[in-house]
Order: sequence, then structure tokens, then C-alpha cells
Amino acid sequence: MIKVDKIEKHYGPVQALKGISLDVKEGELFGLIGPDGAGKTTLMRILVTLLFPDKGVATLDGLDVVTEFRKIRRMVGYMPGRFSLYQDLTVEENLNFFATVFGGTVKDNYHLVKDIYGQIEPFRNRPAGKLSGGMKQKLALSCALIHAPKVLILDEPTTGVDAVSRKEFWEMLNNLKRMGITILVSTPYMDEARLCDRVALFQNGEILSIDTPEGITTSFKGRLLGVKVTHTAQRFDCVNQLRSMPGAGSVFSFGDSIHVTCRDEGMTAQSIMSYLAGKGIAGIVAEPVAAGIEDVFMALMQQ
Amino acid sequence: MNQLLGFVKKEFTHIFRDPRTMVILFGIPIIQLMLFGYVITTEIKDARIAILDHSNDNVTREITEKLLSSGYFKLDANLRSETEIEPLFRKGDIKQVVVFERDFAQRLEREGVVSMQVLADASDPNTAQMLYNYTNGIVQDYIRKKFSSITIPLQIKSEVRMLYNENMVGAFMYVPGTMALILMLISAMMTSITIAREKEMGTMEILLVSPLKAKHIVFGKVAPYLLLSIIDASVVVLLGNLVFGVPIRGSIVVLAFLVILYITMALSLGILISTVADSQQVAMFISGFALMLPTILLSGFIYPIENMPVPLQVLSNLMPPRWFIDALKQVMLKGNGLEYIWPNVLILSGMTLVFLLLSIKKFKLRLQ
Repeated sequence: MIKVDKIEKHYGPVQALKGISLDVKEGELFGLIGPDGAGKTTLMRILVTLLFPDKGVATLDGLDVVTEFRKIRRMVGYMPGRFSLYQDLTVEENLNFFATVFGGTVKDNYHLVKDIYGQIEPFRNRPAGKLSGGMKQKLALSCALIHAPKVLILDEPTTGVDAVSRKEFWEMLNNLKRMGITILVSTPYMDEARLCDRVALFQNGEILSIDTPEGITTSFKGRLLGVKVTHTAQRFDCVNQLRSMPGAGSVFSFGDSIHVTCRDEGMTAQSIMSYLAGKGIAGIVAEPVAAGIEDVFMALMQQ
Repeated sequence: MNQLLGFVKKEFTHIFRDPRTMVILFGIPIIQLMLFGYVITTEIKDARIAILDHSNDNVTREITEKLLSSGYFKLDANLRSETEIEPLFRKGDIKQVVVFERDFAQRLEREGVVSMQVLADASDPNTAQMLYNYTNGIVQDYIRKKFSSITIPLQIKSEVRMLYNENMVGAFMYVPGTMALILMLISAMMTSITIAREKEMGTMEILLVSPLKAKHIVFGKVAPYLLLSIIDASVVVLLGNLVFGVPIRGSIVVLAFLVILYITMALSLGILISTVADSQQVAMFISGFALMLPTILLSGFIYPIENMPVPLQVLSNLMPPRWFIDALKQVMLKGNGLEYIWPNVLILSGMTLVFLLLSIKKFKLRLQ
């Protein structure tokens, strides 16, 4: 459905995209995972025909993003990274406006947005600017969907949204996928990667890896130990101590646990606990853990 | 078509929901018209003067009486000696002092020549000059009437008649000027700001990705302001007529055509500004400084173009309001029709075309 072939894009001397290629299948929920400034937004803007690529070819449903941009604009639903609806218009007015702009009415495609818009419909007379972050995202998604696009392109839809709303949002995306809509979504949150069918790991305008979330985690070579610290105040100290521990590879703090890659066989959960106890850090629980997307990302970045 | 109507409807909602926009649209025109009509006036009315009468005879008393009953002057003080003049001027209470010499009536009768001195506060030179002219006129008039029996040989008398504005009412000049200014403000400034706002708020990104074409976006933005500007123009013309007595001697159709042409020009200029301005502030800055000041200073609105240095006169030709104000005065005050104002119409149409073509060329359907 979406084909990207060796796309390059410069902003002055800065190379935002360094010849990337990817292929999103029809009905797939595809994630672009990577930190801010990795080039995710630039790629999305090229795909929704807002930017010209410097080199390379990109097509949506066989339509070229440069020459056939008018046709693409009819079939793509786009949600920019920043909340981009009319804050002074009400929820209902916004939805009506975007339906009209695409030459339809809300009624035509109400079935598509029913589940999502239904949740904010009680507030339909409230100005969009006065909605909570989660409700804004639901409205923005409704507006992007109201013309029944074949492809949905969402730029960091869950950034700045609370955890509950994020979870709900991903459930909505899965429902839309079941309706046959191809979805390309970007996120800086690694934990959201496993909710996608396939992901591309983005870094500095390059794709480090494209695979299913499982494929990516199983590609991790090496052994991981997770370390949990009871006294959170000691965490920072603990990370530093582990980094200087002989035999330890990379040490990164993820959520409530510290992940340590083991460079030599002698390193075990037991050896870490006694090492840290020797450094005066008590209340440590260490155990082997399976690699997550973050671990792979960090490992790929260091290569 | 529905897309366009939906867009126009949305634009109206923005306008009616924003109190600031409403004030700019409907409050400012009225306030500006009143300000220019009442406050910034060059007419003389009740100017305070002092009289120093060394003679105090029937002629000087009659002249004083004439001056004070003209409506232009109001007596502030009767002075006794020259030494009182300076302090009075310094205090700033009075604009002019009239001094009659000793034995005024006698000398006039015996010698036929007599002097009176007029001292004016020329820290405001225009007013001083005008006060003197009025004083002189009143005195000459008095002498002529009083001594009508005496014929002075070979005298050329110039009878002045101020055509199209017999009473030299300032509003006749300010109403057309204010109209040019207000329409520029509303049309150019408001459209450039509203388009820049879409860019600033990120909504332009979604509009661009929609099937809307550039002309839809531009026309949808412009149509509401065209309508509101026409309403404003009518209000200004009506108020000018009812409050300041500015006549509409020409045809209403020609007037309407001229006003709509000018509004279209200003709107295209607004679109052009918005194609280069990425934020509301930049748009406001460009339309404020680059449009308002030249409109006021170089259009002949306040300062006569003929008195400007030649480079500025040349520059004033590039100012659309110059041509509009000139044509507007012709239609409203002289009752001229298209047969007289066609050069102005042609120039304004040409400018509109240039602005429109440039805007369409510069309007980007993408982000870069």
C-alpha cells in the first residue's frame, strides 16, 4: 500500500532522511519508532504530499506522491503531530467542516467514527480548544477518518496523552485496522511498538531495522539481566556502579528496571547483587529478562 | 461548491466568535471616522484672541465686534499695554492679538491710511496663517462696506469661491481618506492575519492535505471579508453623510463599483502578504507598517502630494489609496462619473491583477 524507495531529504546542510526504503502492506498497522529528530515527521510529510523528496520515489496505493498528489490527498487521512483543529470551533463544527472539505457529510461515514466520536459526542458543543488531551486526539482522529481514507497517517498521536487514553487510542487503531484501513503511525514510545504489526526502527534519518515486534526482540543477541532497586533514590548511583562493573556491557534504565547486557559468562544475577551490596547498595533484585524493543534499539544504535 | 460554502461558513464562525475581530471590524471604523472628523480638524472655530485697543473709538469697536461675531474668534482678554502680550502668548491661552493704533478712526478719515497689528502664535504655523487670513478678510470686508461711497481707482477685487466644499469643511477630506484607511486595515490586514493564523495553528497543514485547491482556500478566506468590508464602507459613507454632511453627488453605482474594486485590491494585497508571513505577528507587522503608514502619509490623505519632495511624489504613485481617495472625492464631492475616473479605475484594476497573480504564484500547496 505504501512503498518508499530510497527517499532522501535535506534541510540545508542537515540530512533528515538518508535514503530510506520501506513497504507497508494493505491493512497493516505499521509503526515508525524512534526518538525526536529521527526523521519520522519528514517521512510522513513526504507521504502526505506536504514535502517533496530530494531523491527517491514514494507511492501510496500506486500513486506517486509528487505527480499524483491530488489523488493522494483524497484517499489519505492525516493527523499532524501538533493538535491542528480549530480551537474556537466546537467538536461538532470541526467534524462537519472536515467532512464538507472532502465533499461529504458526517452521515456518509459515521459508521467509521462511531466508536471514537461516540465517546466525545456528549461534548459536541464544547470548543475543541477546551477538550482534554485524550479527547482532542479522539476528535482529531475522527476528523482524519470522516472522509473514509484508505490510508491513515498519524504523526505521534499519543505524545502528551495520559496512559489510559494512550491505551484506548491503540485499541481504536486496532479496530480501524480490522475495517481494512492501512495505518502508518509514529511514536517515540518504545512500549507502543509491540502493538504494531510491524515496525521500523528510526534513528538519524536511517532505518535500523524493519520487522515484527517479536522478530525484532528475538533478533537480540546476548543475555540480559534486569535489576530492580527498592530505594529509587539509589537508582542513579546504581546505574553508574553497574557501568563500571567488569563484565557488564551496556547499562540502561527502562521504566522501573535497569537492563544490563552481560559480556562474559561469569556474570549472573547473583554476582550483580553481591557486587552492588559491596558498593553499599542494598535491596537489589536481579533476574534474567527477555529483551524488549528498547534493548534492541539501544544495541542497534551502538553498532 | 459545497466545500467552498463550508469553508466560508467556518470563516464567518471564526469572525463572529472572536470579540477582537468584531471590534476591529465594526468598532474601529466608527471610532476612526469620528476621530478624524472631529479631533483632527483644521477648521477655525472659537479661537481665543486678545484685543489691545489704543484708540477705543467707534471704528475699532465695530471691527472688534465684527471679529467676535464671526464665530471664528472668542475674546479672551482686553489688554491695556504691549507688555501684557508676551506673557499671554507664553501661557498659551490665546492664538492671536489684534492691536489698534492711537486715533484709529481719525487717521483713517484724515489720512486714509491706518495700521492695525496682528500678532499670531506661529508655533502652529498653519493655524496662525489661517487666523490672519480670516482677520484680514473680516477687516477688509468691514472697510469696504463702511466706506462704500469712496471709490478707489483701479482696484482688482478677487472673489473667491471654494468649489465642491464651499465652507471648507475638513470632513470632506477626511471621510474619503478614512474610508481608504479603514478598508485597507480590514481587508488587507485581517485577511493576511487570518491566513497566517492557519499556518501558525497548524491547521493549514490539514487544509493542504485535503482536496481543497488553493483558489478554494483563498476565496473562502476572502469572501467573508469582502462582504464585511462592503458593510463597513456603507457605514462610513452613511455616517459621513449624516454626521458630517459629506455629500454623495455622483452615482451610487459608480461609488459602489469603486469601493468594491478598492476592497478587492486590498484583499489581494492581504493574500500576498500572507504568502510571505508565517505568523500572525509578522502579518500584522507587514500590514501595519508597510500599509498603514504609507496610506496615511503618502496617499494625499493628510498631506498634499503636490507639497512633497519629488522622490516622494513619485513613490506616492505606487500607493493604491492615492488613486482611490482621488477617485472617491471626484465621485462624492464633484459628482464625476466613470468618464472622469477611468484612469484611477484602470490603475487600481492593474494593481489588483498584479497582486492576485503574484499571490497565486506564491501560494504554496506544500509546506516548503
